[in-house]
Amino acid sequence: MSKSQKAKSLFEPSIVWPAIIDSMKKLDPRHQIKNPVMFVVLIGSILTTGLWLQALLGYGEAPAGFILAVSLWLWFTLLFANFSEAMAEGRGKAQAASLRRVRRDTPAKKLLKPKYGSTYETVSATTLRKGDVVLVEAGDFIPMDGEIIDGVASVDESAITGESAPVIRESGGDRSAVTGGTRVLSDWLVVRISANPGQTFLDHMIAMVEGAKRQKTPNEIALSILLAVFTLIFLLATVTLLPFSIYSVTTSGHGNPVTVTVLVALLVCLIPTTIGGLLPAIGIAGMDRMIQANVVAASGRAVEAAGDVDVLLLDKTGTITLGNRQAVDFIPAWGLTVESLADAAQLASLSDETPEGRSIVVLAKEKYRIRERHILELNAKFIPFTAQTRMSGVDLGDGRQIRKGAVEAIEAYVNKLGGSFPEDLKSTIESISKSGGTPLVVAEQTRVLGVIHLKDIVKGGIRERFAELRRMGIKTVMITGDNHLTAAAIAAEAGMDDFLAQATPETKLKLIREMQAGGRLVAMTGDGTNDAPALAQADVAVAMNTGTQAAKEAGNLVDLDSNPTKLIEIVKIGKQLLMTRGSLTTFSIANDVSKYFAIIPAAFVSTYPALATLNIMRLATPASAVLSAVIFNAIIIIFLIPLALRGVPYKPKPANSLLRNNLLVYGLGGIIAPFIGIKLIDMILVVLHLV
Amino acid sequence: MFKEQIKPAILSFLILTIITGVLYPLVVTGIAKVFFPKQANGSLIYRNQKPIGSSLIGQPFDNPKYFWGRPSATSPVAFNASASSGSNLGPLNSALAETITNRIKLYKAADPNNTAPVPVDLVTSSASGLDPHISLAAAFYQISRVARHRNLSQDTVKKIVLQHTKGRLMAIIGEPVVNVLEVNLELDEYKK
Amino acid sequence: MNWFNLVQTAIFLSALLLLVKPLGIYMALVYEGKPAGLNVWLAPVERWIYRLSFIKPDMSMSWKTYAAAVMLFNIIGIIVVYALQRLQAYLFLNPMSIPAVPPDLAFNTAVSFATNTNWQSYGGETTLSYLTQMLALTVQNFVSAATGMAILAALIRGFVQKQVETIGNFWVDLVRSTIYVLIPLALILSLILVSQGVVQTFKSSAKVALLQPTKDADGKIISEQTLALGPAASQVAIKQLGTNGGGFFNVNSAHPYENPTALSNFLETLAILLIPAALCYTFGFMVRDRRQGWAILAAMLIIFIPCLLSCIYFEQKGNPLFDRLGVDQNATALQPGGNMEGKEARFGVTSSAVWATATTAASNGSVNSMHDSYMPLGGLIPMWLMQLGEVIFGGVGSGLYGMIAFVIIAVFIAGLMIGRTPEYLGKKIESYEMKMASLMILIPPILVLVGTAVSVVLPQAKQAIFNPGTHGFSEILYAFSSTANNNGSAFAGLSTNNFFYNLTLGLVMFFARYWLVIPILAIAGSLSRKKVVPATQGTLPTHTPLFILFLVMVVLIVGALTFFPALALGPIVEHLMLGGG
Repeated sequence: MSKSQKAKSLFEPSIVWPAIIDSMKKLDPRHQIKNPVMFVVLIGSILTTGLWLQALLGYGEAPAGFILAVSLWLWFTLLFANFSEAMAEGRGKAQAASLRRVRRDTPAKKLLKPKYGSTYETVSATTLRKGDVVLVEAGDFIPMDGEIIDGVASVDESAITGESAPVIRESGGDRSAVTGGTRVLSDWLVVRISANPGQTFLDHMIAMVEGAKRQKTPNEIALSILLAVFTLIFLLATVTLLPFSIYSVTTSGHGNPVTVTVLVALLVCLIPTTIGGLLPAIGIAGMDRMIQANVVAASGRAVEAAGDVDVLLLDKTGTITLGNRQAVDFIPAWGLTVESLADAAQLASLSDETPEGRSIVVLAKEKYRIRERHILELNAKFIPFTAQTRMSGVDLGDGRQIRKGAVEAIEAYVNKLGGSFPEDLKSTIESISKSGGTPLVVAEQTRVLGVIHLKDIVKGGIRERFAELRRMGIKTVMITGDNHLTAAAIAAEAGMDDFLAQATPETKLKLIREMQAGGRLVAMTGDGTNDAPALAQADVAVAMNTGTQAAKEAGNLVDLDSNPTKLIEIVKIGKQLLMTRGSLTTFSIANDVSKYFAIIPAAFVSTYPALATLNIMRLATPASAVLSAVIFNAIIIIFLIPLALRGVPYKPKPANSLLRNNLLVYGLGGIIAPFIGIKLIDMILVVLHLV
Repeated sequence: MFKEQIKPAILSFLILTIITGVLYPLVVTGIAKVFFPKQANGSLIYRNQKPIGSSLIGQPFDNPKYFWGRPSATSPVAFNASASSGSNLGPLNSALAETITNRIKLYKAADPNNTAPVPVDLVTSSASGLDPHISLAAAFYQISRVARHRNLSQDTVKKIVLQHTKGRLMAIIGEPVVNVLEVNLELDEYKK
Repeated sequence: MNWFNLVQTAIFLSALLLLVKPLGIYMALVYEGKPAGLNVWLAPVERWIYRLSFIKPDMSMSWKTYAAAVMLFNIIGIIVVYALQRLQAYLFLNPMSIPAVPPDLAFNTAVSFATNTNWQSYGGETTLSYLTQMLALTVQNFVSAATGMAILAALIRGFVQKQVETIGNFWVDLVRSTIYVLIPLALILSLILVSQGVVQTFKSSAKVALLQPTKDADGKIISEQTLALGPAASQVAIKQLGTNGGGFFNVNSAHPYENPTALSNFLETLAILLIPAALCYTFGFMVRDRRQGWAILAAMLIIFIPCLLSCIYFEQKGNPLFDRLGVDQNATALQPGGNMEGKEARFGVTSSAVWATATTAASNGSVNSMHDSYMPLGGLIPMWLMQLGEVIFGGVGSGLYGMIAFVIIAVFIAGLMIGRTPEYLGKKIESYEMKMASLMILIPPILVLVGTAVSVVLPQAKQAIFNPGTHGFSEILYAFSSTANNNGSAFAGLSTNNFFYNLTLGLVMFFARYWLVIPILAIAGSLSRKKVVPATQGTLPTHTPLFILFLVMVVLIVGALTFFPALALGPIVEHLMLGGG
């Protein structure tokens, strides 16, 4: 996978320093107002600063030193939150910078006519527009994203994918898209530009990682609403404490009304600053993790939706199976030895360079010790596969003619020569088909020698990955052009939940629509142009970077590694994103319990000495209690930055046990941790004689 | 969308008013009249065809020869059955402590030999101000005083008390209570 | 705590749980329009009502039309109740010749009854004529309850229906709730109550001679007792069943004519929780997953039972001041003991505390003892149960739809915690539902806190306080907690029958009811439009003990975090002062 864009260590100085400066800049109210929770903190910070100045002038409601301490820690709360956001952005920017280096202003050879050999003029890449046609020769950079209309070339795409091995790009088919900034290593390409400057794939990627295009996702909006409601509730709960306190002082006859400083401190402690402060960072970091997995998302919404996927559609070939069938057995006709069949099959395949052909040669050699002979020493003539004959084979110098091919083709061949197809092989052939294999019949003139059993080989480890998906609650469906029998056998072997046999673009689209009508969220991977309609219909569509432009445009995620099982990674990242938000929200709210026990007795003990009983943490003084709570509230943000950036670890488990674990850690932990934290801070404050 | 609903709203309101506000109470009253005439009219106690009280509504007593009921917080007079009310005194209200102290004094003054602590329901005002009952403990506490003032044996008084004691429903639900007015009526009649 | 406390509680809860299923199924069938006995025999009545009121029962309404119908019907109710009180002096069935109710009190009472709150600023027997009690109050007792049930039925349809624009017909839900559920139950209950001694007569009062004449406050000799009577049983039955709670008499069900015996008390307490509890089952039945109904009921009980036991515990423990004065408040075979101030002898501590907890868990608000005289923490329990948003049973219909708002919040947070866009009963919970659910949990606390804050500062509002010190603060806090959650019970020492409180509490009740009705109907509409997502392994099951506990935590945390400071300055500090002497 990615080499050049390795995850940077969390607190790398090159990111931390600019982030510190950025967090100062982000104190701008115009920035803060976007986040209601932190905006309340900003107002509180300004208010307490004012109160401090007032106290300096001798009209303070409390000792100036205390107000200053509270005020400073409120400012720190803001800075810490800003810092987390700046850190996340900084990591994104560092990646963007490396991508931007790719986007150089290269000279482009703009063809006057859209064909190879036409004259070209050299122009700057930035002047190219969609529809222009350029020539890219060995050593040239591809100036812009485009579609190959002529030529085959090897291309170095390491700048984008991090994969150093060059890839083949050619016109037509599913490998016709090229990306601006990659380099042609050999041969030439004629490319039709498919994006205007600023809208290329690379631009898109840069914008995504920089967070410039970040829009709030639906879940993020819903969460913001919830956080705003909590903020409002706590705002009321604290603001109304002032009249309550005035009443209590009047009725009890001693003490002073609670100070505004303490109320502001209480408010900031209660409102969900931990999640409110870290929320932007979590979102940016989620995108960042996608990029690290070499996946480019069209929007944050796509990342989030990935976490919700119910059904995953996967192409069989190349994803579930190795892509090629392999010979696994020779079954001779009645009266013949297996060796003679193996020998004939090997001879017929000696010049067959297809993977199936090679696998026959290898099987005959390994299982029956039949030496591989060279076609030239046999004075043989290779008969290649054609669409008409649907057979291939060999004519040997001694006059033997060996053919191998599909059942119908060989039967027709034998019949034509006056022979007949042995009945006993028919049942063998049928059982091979039933097991999901492909029977290949070998014949020598009129005599049918036997059958080669070709089998789809399911990739190693794929079964485990599907089991993992099942534990996540995701159903897997295999899509294949094979017939029903074969499809069923392979799906069973790979451990998939379902399959779609004899798939066409129409049946794929229909399947997705049916599943969506049933309320399921469908993800699929695809690369070919014929996948584009289905990709466009799917809720989460991962296009392979090697795929066609049409497929990439239809997908909302592009996998630069073109790894079909990447979806598992993507789902995990999507889930992590939501889980991090949910867990920190729970943590943030659970924290409030302890803060009440710290601040409420402190605030009212002068009015009602009996309330000292509620000081269950035995904090030293009212001032130290308030300060400890505020300090804890601020530094917990710093402590949680790594969690926000890395995300809460996700393990595929049933929903119930996942919830139980996270509730224990972040719910129960969120209630207990601050009791310990606040007490420790209080002890430190006492030791340092700060209060 | 709004206008179409006006007619159904008004008409259905009218019809439901007739059903729930007129028919329903009339039906209940009618059936009650037939089957439970005594209960429906206040469970009154008659002597010589004259109503002399309700077995459900308490009356004020402070004569030592009578059993005294729960303190009543109604105004302007205790056990004002046309304006029920509780004291609403909070548990820490000094007025509550004061009232209770005074009530204890009254009991002690009326029965100086009784050194037992006063049962709580005798010194705390009832919720309705009309509570017709006291607990058994509260009744037993007063037996010696009543017996002395009436020249009856304590056993006789106790017997009368137990006659007008209602146990728990199915021996479990509610609390066993003594009906003060009924006991006092019985005591007055016993003398004759 | 003693054996009788626990056994009585256990019997009460068992009786409740036994009734949940049959009544729950019956109500589900009624709302689904399927035959369930009564609705077959009374079908002609139902049809006649539709015909006479130009209701098209087959026409399903969009959520906006439904909301418009609800509001229209309720505003008519408020106007009629107001008018009847103002005009009662000129109308019939006024044997005591009670004069017109003053405008502010009439407004307060009108809103109070239409919103299913039944806050009593009026004193029943002294303020309202029988006509007003019957045509205004009894009617509202039925229809305000039926309104709540109708809205719940609409919300449940939101979960059941798939991609539909409408949520049902309000008039049909209203009429069915009234004639098939409320009237039959009220009829049965009122007759049993009469048999126990609850009065039911159109005679104004009875005069009896006092056995021992007494003196009034001015020293005048009083030798007669006037017993206020009236058609109480019919109203008491429905005020208990419909979570209304407005008493026929001033002291509500503490009055021996409203609640004369242990049996009447047992049944009246049961009636408080009966429909709200059974509706949980109705919900499960209608969404075709009964576990969901049990789950919500379980969540309610998990909060209810500890509250109930603590309330009994604190009241049974009694007042330490009493001990010092030489009062015997120990529970013995001869007396229930405990804090008996403001309690009736026949109920003792247990039945009083069970009622206090039930009436505030459900938004009933009727009382059989005076909450103002409870011990600080004994009184904290009822207050806090209301502050939780009246979702632990809550009002008929309204309690469950309030709880579902909390479920939506809980499902959302839990969904995030397992990395999945949340869904409940197959419906995706998105930002629109969150917005509306948030509004629902936001409004009551705002009303409580702001109302209390204003009242503890304004001199004319502070004057109304009866008990000095922190308890006075609790009185005001209780009043706003009660009205902002449409409960209606009170720390009755606070004199609220004055312009300030009649107006503010009236407005609070109005907004608390209707500002919640609109968002919940909006949720119903939005859910109806959605498709149903089939459950997979990744779907968070919402019937498991884990989720039930999580839901409980969400309700408690929101309630506790919002009100802890206020409670600390009220009952909590009062309790601590009591302990410290």
